[in-house]
Amino acid sequence: MLESLKGMMLTLASTVTGLRRPVTQQYPKQATPVKPRFMGFPALTWDGEISEPYCTGCMVCIRNCPTQCMSASMMDNPKHADGDSSRRKIVDYFEINLNRCILCGICVEYCNFDAIVMSHEHEMSTYARNGDRVDLPALLEIGKKYQDATDWIPPTVLAKQKADAAKAAAGEPAEASDN
Amino acid sequence: MSTQPDTLPDIQAERVDAQPVEMLLNMGPQHPSTHGVFRMVLWVDGEKIVDVEPHIGYLHRGSEKLCEGEQYHQIVTLFDRMDYIGNFNNELAYCMAVEKLMGLEVPDRAEYLRVILCELNRVASHLLYVGTMGLDAGAMTPVMFSFRGRERVQALFEAVSGARMMHNYFRIGGLKEDVPDNFVELMNELMPILREDVEQSDRILTFNEIFLSRLKDVSPITADEAIAFGLTGPMLRACGYEYDVRKAQPYSVYDRFDFEVPVGLDGDCWDRHWVRVQEMYQSLRIVEQAMEQLPDGPVASPLGRRLIRPPAGEAYVRAENPRGEIGVYLVSDGTDKPYRLKVRPPSFCNLSALRRLLADTWLADSVVVLGSLDIVLGEVDR
Repeated sequence: MLESLKGMMLTLASTVTGLRRPVTQQYPKQATPVKPRFMGFPALTWDGEISEPYCTGCMVCIRNCPTQCMSASMMDNPKHADGDSSRRKIVDYFEINLNRCILCGICVEYCNFDAIVMSHEHEMSTYARNGDRVDLPALLEIGKKYQDATDWIPPTVLAKQKADAAKAAAGEPAEASDN
Repeated sequence: MSTQPDTLPDIQAERVDAQPVEMLLNMGPQHPSTHGVFRMVLWVDGEKIVDVEPHIGYLHRGSEKLCEGEQYHQIVTLFDRMDYIGNFNNELAYCMAVEKLMGLEVPDRAEYLRVILCELNRVASHLLYVGTMGLDAGAMTPVMFSFRGRERVQALFEAVSGARMMHNYFRIGGLKEDVPDNFVELMNELMPILREDVEQSDRILTFNEIFLSRLKDVSPITADEAIAFGLTGPMLRACGYEYDVRKAQPYSVYDRFDFEVPVGLDGDCWDRHWVRVQEMYQSLRIVEQAMEQLPDGPVASPLGRRLIRPPAGEAYVRAENPRGEIGVYLVSDGTDKPYRLKVRPPSFCNLSALRRLLADTWLADSVVVLGSLDIVLGEVDR
């Protein structure tokens, strides 16, 4: 009897504190914040300086995807011919079937061009059966939203900044950009 | 001595012309108390269970076969989805198997972080168990308390790995990336609250008189029988047999921590519950020690993103999952995909004792007994 009463006291105490400071969130009405590292659906990033995608369509993400949810093709970059861009090739067509994607983040890990990110998008239910097959413009749209929201810096640039900062802290002069 | 499982009557042969007093009762796969999609066919005589036939395979996805078609670094995602309550523990078992085959040394910091995350995952898994055990026994409140703690652990996992459940965070030879810069603050914030959550979910349920009378002396099993059935984990320790892979054959850096292995007395449902509750406290102890000793250094694999090709050969590793001993048997033929990968899933082996455990119990206790097995169907069916 005593132990049951102890349990009831615990419930009562929690009710009182719970009224003052509820832990539940009214989810659909109230947006749940996600952590900075949250892995939502993958999206493609946009190079604002040259105004073209980072993606060159090299397909390394596709080869490493465990579920084969992506497809892509590349083309010659017209901006490279004009001398505006250093990318010789550029993505022509890109599609991700988000229904197949398992949000593992392997594509991001293996991308050599900082071109793909795990965005914070996760509420993308649709009514149509193939409504979750997103094409290049839609992916770039999600990517831009993510880049704006998180002040995205390309991971390779970020790693370089960190390495330089570590070197500066160690008392060595920061090296020029050739490694 | 132990009772062999095949001494029970053969269902197919003898139940065809069963006595009219016996009733066939189907339970599952959509029954909420089967913790997933487990189906069992019960033969009941009034309120007594005469026999039971378990049906597994409803969630069969062919994980082991899928592993043969994936490259080594992609298989981690499949192991996430096997025991989907103890994801980190599963990833660890797989990564250790490949590391053993390749003879890889894992950096110290990565080992410590792995242990921290695995033990937190054990707490989260057992908290879920405590909540659902309360539900199985008819108490609606404990699940509210235990889920609160579980939610906090999952929030930490999200901050560390980017996903609440399917982390894909452990890599062969290390971790995907280092923990966020504020990891120590997050842990300092989490640990006291989590301990309080564990204590609350313990206090509200474990010694409750109704819960005790519901679980005590229900389907006891002796240590001899448990070993004969191949039970591991809390199921075996509840019988009074002290066996924990973390102590018996320490892997990772478990030999550097001071912790106890809680052991039950009678091997009944309540003992299984008690062992799991005590294990949570021990896991918290390990996490606290690991946080104190956490070294600096690299966490990533020395392999980088190179394609992983272990030498031809085979390796077997075992590890202590929240549900028992997981074993991963890996055969490599030297290519980038495993030749064969066999998993010894703890809950599948624990489930094999179901017929013995349910024999001669009341129908109303069947849900409690199944709950005390703490099965995860993703792992049973694979």
